Amino acid sequence: MSPSGAEVLREIKSRIDEVDPAVVHEQMTNGSVLVDVRETDEFAAGHIPGAKHVPRSMLESRIEGAVPDRSQHVVLYCASGNRSAWAARTLLDDLGYDSVESMTGGFTLWKDRGYEVEVPRTMSAEQRERYSRHLLLDEVGIEGQQKLLDAKVLLLGAGGLGSPAALYLAAAGVGTLGIVDNDTVDVSNLQRQVIHTTDRVGVLKVDSAEETIKALNPDVNVVKYPVRLDAENIMDILIGYDIVVDGLDNFPTRYLLNDASVRLRIPIVSAAILGFEGQLSVFKPYDGPCYRCLFPTPPPADMAPSCGANGVLGVLPGTMGLLQATEVIKLILDVGDPAIGRLLLYDALAARMTEVKIRRDPDCPICSRAPEDIRDDELGVFPDYEAFCAGAH
Amino acid sequence: MATVRIPPVLRASVGGEKELTADGSSVGEILRSLADDHPQTQSQLFAADGGLNRYVNVYLNDEDVRVLDGLDTSVGEADTLVILPAMAGGSR
Repeated sequence: MSPSGAEVLREIKSRIDEVDPAVVHEQMTNGSVLVDVRETDEFAAGHIPGAKHVPRSMLESRIEGAVPDRSQHVVLYCASGNRSAWAARTLLDDLGYDSVESMTGGFTLWKDRGYEVEVPRTMSAEQRERYSRHLLLDEVGIEGQQKLLDAKVLLLGAGGLGSPAALYLAAAGVGTLGIVDNDTVDVSNLQRQVIHTTDRVGVLKVDSAEETIKALNPDVNVVKYPVRLDAENIMDILIGYDIVVDGLDNFPTRYLLNDASVRLRIPIVSAAILGFEGQLSVFKPYDGPCYRCLFPTPPPADMAPSCGANGVLGVLPGTMGLLQATEVIKLILDVGDPAIGRLLLYDALAARMTEVKIRRDPDCPICSRAPEDIRDDELGVFPDYEAFCAGAH
Repeated sequence: MATVRIPPVLRASVGGEKELTADGSSVGEILRSLADDHPQTQSQLFAADGGLNRYVNVYLNDEDVRVLDGLDTSVGEADTLVILPAMAGGSR
């Protein structure tokens, strides 16, 4: 009579090497390869950090991909130590691996001992469908989409630039969007601030933006700041964000933002518009120049027309806001060449994009110093600040 | 003659032109010739000491003239000077 499965397993365990989870835990960094032989759904529910996944049902066809060198030491584990014993025999007897161990008690004992477990993030079926066009791109894929879902982006303003940026960042699945804006929707905004609607005139822009974003993508957590950014609140608001999208309309706050972001090492994707022309750059602290390297002092009020109401072609902030959103996504995914150290100049009437180089200023009053050396009372200060503000307001 | 690109905030001072040509073989000569033709730009471009105002950046093609030879940077016939004052403008 043929032996039972239990008898065969006992026989196998008697001649393969078994290893206790404590030993595996101690030797995790000694160069041996840890292979999880459980099924895909078991692996997805949690596994030992750094383990490779080769389901036992695919062992013969896939183990060479995971462990090409047959002389390398391999530790196998499953849920309780049985399937990994079978798999160890296959590797030793049939596939010619030299040094294979099976972990006793499997993943269950590993967890019971309190050792670390990695639970991979999974996407719901709805998310896989929603982001399917991202998942098809090598530059995004599941890993990149997870980065987007984990990312925290702060938008300064839900106005001309912030509206299109917020819409596309929300659609792309950027998980947290903070919005700073103390303004309410005015009918004259609707020519370009496409996140708002006619029936929300008079509503706070942060509330209106949240409503549109939630309707577009419920994955997005909207954090609302119905305040004006100032020296008192800027550090509290910025902390914890990965990237800031700046469409600020005045110089004093622009310098304040620059200094705070350098101190916190948060990159800023900045754009400005006037008439038919726009500018865009990415200020990534210490990797490239900061705003003060580009413009150490603001112009006098008569050369700073953004202080008052100016005409703007409605689609121009759309174009520039979407260039900002594109740069944000590139920074999150770490792909391509962000516009660091470059100022892009877009002329809508000429349909022309040119760029100039921006250099780090070795004598920059802010970014030539270490972040911890920048004091609270220095944030946003520039020469003739009082005179400038008196002229601008 | 080199081409000079005029930013939106200076256009009123040069009769609304977006691009001009100006005589000169250096950045300083070209900008001074621009200021001679359009006197309003004098104080917008130049500080009292004759240097460039610190809030105005000037690029020879794509390079900041301050990292070249400043106003002494030589300029060829086919070059473009870009004048770029600080601009902070979202739209409210």
